[in-house]
Amino acid sequence: MNISLFVACFNDTLYPETGIATVQLLERLGHRVDFPREQTCCGQVHYNTGYQDETVSLAKRFVDIFSDAETVVAPSASCVGMIREFYPKLAILSGDRKLIRDVDDLLPRVYELSQFLVNKLELEDVGACYPHRVTYHPTCHSLRMLRVGDAPLRLLKKVKGIDLVELPGAEECCGFGGTFAIKNADTSMAMLTDKIARIKETGAEVCTASDNSCLMHIGGALNRQREEVKVVHLAEILASTEAASTETNSPNSGYKKSGSQNSGSTESGPTKSGTPNP
Amino acid sequence: MSSSETGIHPTFEKTARSFLDNSQLRSNLGHATRTIRDKRRGVVDEMPDWEELREAGRQIKQKVMQNLDHYLLQLETSVTRAGGVVHWARDAAEANRIILDLIKERGETEAVKVKSLTTDEIGLNKALAKEDIMALETDLAELIVQMAGDEPSHILVPAIHKNRSEIRDLFRDKLGKPDLTDNPAELTEAARRYLRKKFLSAKIGISGSNFAVAETGTVAVVESEGNGRMCTTLPQTLITVLGIEKIIPAWQDLEVFMQLLPRSSTAERMNPYNTFWTGTTEGDGPQEFHLVLLDNGRTQVLADPAGRETLHCIRCSACLNVCPVYERTGGHAYHSVYPGPIGAILTPQLRGLSDKSAASLPYASTLCGACYEVCPVKINIPEILVHLRGRVVRHNKNWGGIRGKVNPELMGMKWLAWTLRSRSRYERAQKMARKGQRWFMHDDVISKLPGMLSGWTAMRDLRPVAEQTFREWWRTRS
Ligand code: SF4
Repeated sequence: MNISLFVACFNDTLYPETGIATVQLLERLGHRVDFPREQTCCGQVHYNTGYQDETVSLAKRFVDIFSDAETVVAPSASCVGMIREFYPKLAILSGDRKLIRDVDDLLPRVYELSQFLVNKLELEDVGACYPHRVTYHPTCHSLRMLRVGDAPLRLLKKVKGIDLVELPGAEECCGFGGTFAIKNADTSMAMLTDKIARIKETGAEVCTASDNSCLMHIGGALNRQREEVKVVHLAEILASTEAASTETNSPNSGYKKSGSQNSGSTESGPTKSGTPNP
Repeated sequence: MSSSETGIHPTFEKTARSFLDNSQLRSNLGHATRTIRDKRRGVVDEMPDWEELREAGRQIKQKVMQNLDHYLLQLETSVTRAGGVVHWARDAAEANRIILDLIKERGETEAVKVKSLTTDEIGLNKALAKEDIMALETDLAELIVQMAGDEPSHILVPAIHKNRSEIRDLFRDKLGKPDLTDNPAELTEAARRYLRKKFLSAKIGISGSNFAVAETGTVAVVESEGNGRMCTTLPQTLITVLGIEKIIPAWQDLEVFMQLLPRSSTAERMNPYNTFWTGTTEGDGPQEFHLVLLDNGRTQVLADPAGRETLHCIRCSACLNVCPVYERTGGHAYHSVYPGPIGAILTPQLRGLSDKSAASLPYASTLCGACYEVCPVKINIPEILVHLRGRVVRHNKNWGGIRGKVNPELMGMKWLAWTLRSRSRYERAQKMARKGQRWFMHDDVISKLPGMLSGWTAMRDLRPVAEQTFREWWRTRS
């Protein structure tokens, strides 16, 4: 299949390893991946903060750039949630007939990574190997907006060597909420503190999710508190192979020396980084 | 209006901060909301047709909102036909005045009250007290709150922020019972004895209402303790305040709501006490019935098609009990009788966005969607929150004067959107951020940011811009 990758601005800029892992995974599964370079952002930050007019222009851009794509895949549940849930509404609000039509036409071809693998490709075993103790946090937008259901868990269960542990109170929000984490920083931290306590209870080395935004939030506090637990995007776990995992036995993480982060996250092997420069 | 409804209040984030430090409140609230949340899930999961019921509830409410003018007139006719008197109140002041006059005309100075949010919304107790009329709350939790001179913090469990020993101390003091223990049965008994006397002597009963049936003129109160039924049956005169959105078209519609409400609110299959009355009946119950129809901002909510759904609310409080924000901050941070997710969408619409406290409420959410998932009438709370954020932004742009136009968030968002509209600007911004961030980096992470962004870094590190972005990596491949 020809897949156009929407990497999401957030991943592009801060978490390139997630994009790289997605490319490696999809290519390993025999697909052709293309990265339309004009892409920037789906507009979620603007939309959620109340800047709807600004969002319309970004939605139009997105639709133009991907209109010819056979399939669009994004390793970001909240961006796909935004596109699926709100693009149609925004299009109607804008009154732009062409946009309404284009959105309608494009939407069925836009997938979040785990949904693409499980629902579209009907795959669960993607041939990954990741010998670590992992817990999965279902992010709110993946769970309640995009309704990915248990797709990520089904994929994780089939990963070789993984020790998957259930996260207590998994469905509770981590307190991120975009600008909420800044506007209501104290409340956000109170929520995050509870989430981190649950993660630590599991004894997992790695907390994974289908959104790097929430992982950045969780990882940001883990890092500050010098915790050993690392945050790793689902795509990176699924892209990991036996070859990579034998090189080293410590999982990759969202926080580490940026110089090493792009040497191909999955091949270079995990870098220990909960405590940078210990 | 009550103190919670009038005056200038601090924003949500300001008050939330002080409540977050109150560990007693947090543990009371955390425990109570988790318990009721689990119970609710149990009684909802056993219903095979729950989703159909929710959809039916949504549709009935939608129909009401589309034809509210018609149903209001129909209700007036039905109530009048059954012997009741209907009054129309544009706002809180008008409603309070109507009720005051009714009580004074009858020469009374005391009334017994059924727990009612609507009367709290209009600040009825305070308005009556000003003219030396005592309205006694008869719901146990409301009584506690009233005795403590406090404000309710939860729609359904107004004293959720108080624990047993706090209540014991209060009763010892106010009921003159120095030997009370904190045994719940003993506490309830003390309150019951006190209230019984009041029920038998009161000539005026005041209530809100859960539903009013346009077709028949029937008014309903559902409750757990039975004290509401005392108030609506024993006094000579009954005065009911009804928010105009509480109307349902037909008697049969109750079948839907009488299933949705108790399961969602108290996690019961049925409320212990369900009281329905239609006008007056000679020789049985109150001989006078007055229904006050209250607008107080509701038609303003109705006027906004994207926010209108807010009026579908049946005040079950399920959304409060699942809300992770409410669980941490408690109800008082919302500065309204309507706290939690429903308060975050209802209060700003009722009060208008010039009220800074109300305008901060749409931001008191992570948009996690837990409220929408449990709402028995399927109000899409996250979507309305976002819609209201949009209204706040436009309001500040248009009415905020020069400060509104140059506020850092607006300028930042405009700049960001401009950047994101072009690949070259976006790529240049990535490069500039990578250079600029060096000033803030420490141990390969960003641990201190200035201005607005310091809220993030106070307790969390931030990932820096990658030395090689994804697109830069992609270029090296091709
Ligand atoms: S918004 Fe929905 S869940 Fe919340 S109180 Fe109203 S009816 Fe209940």
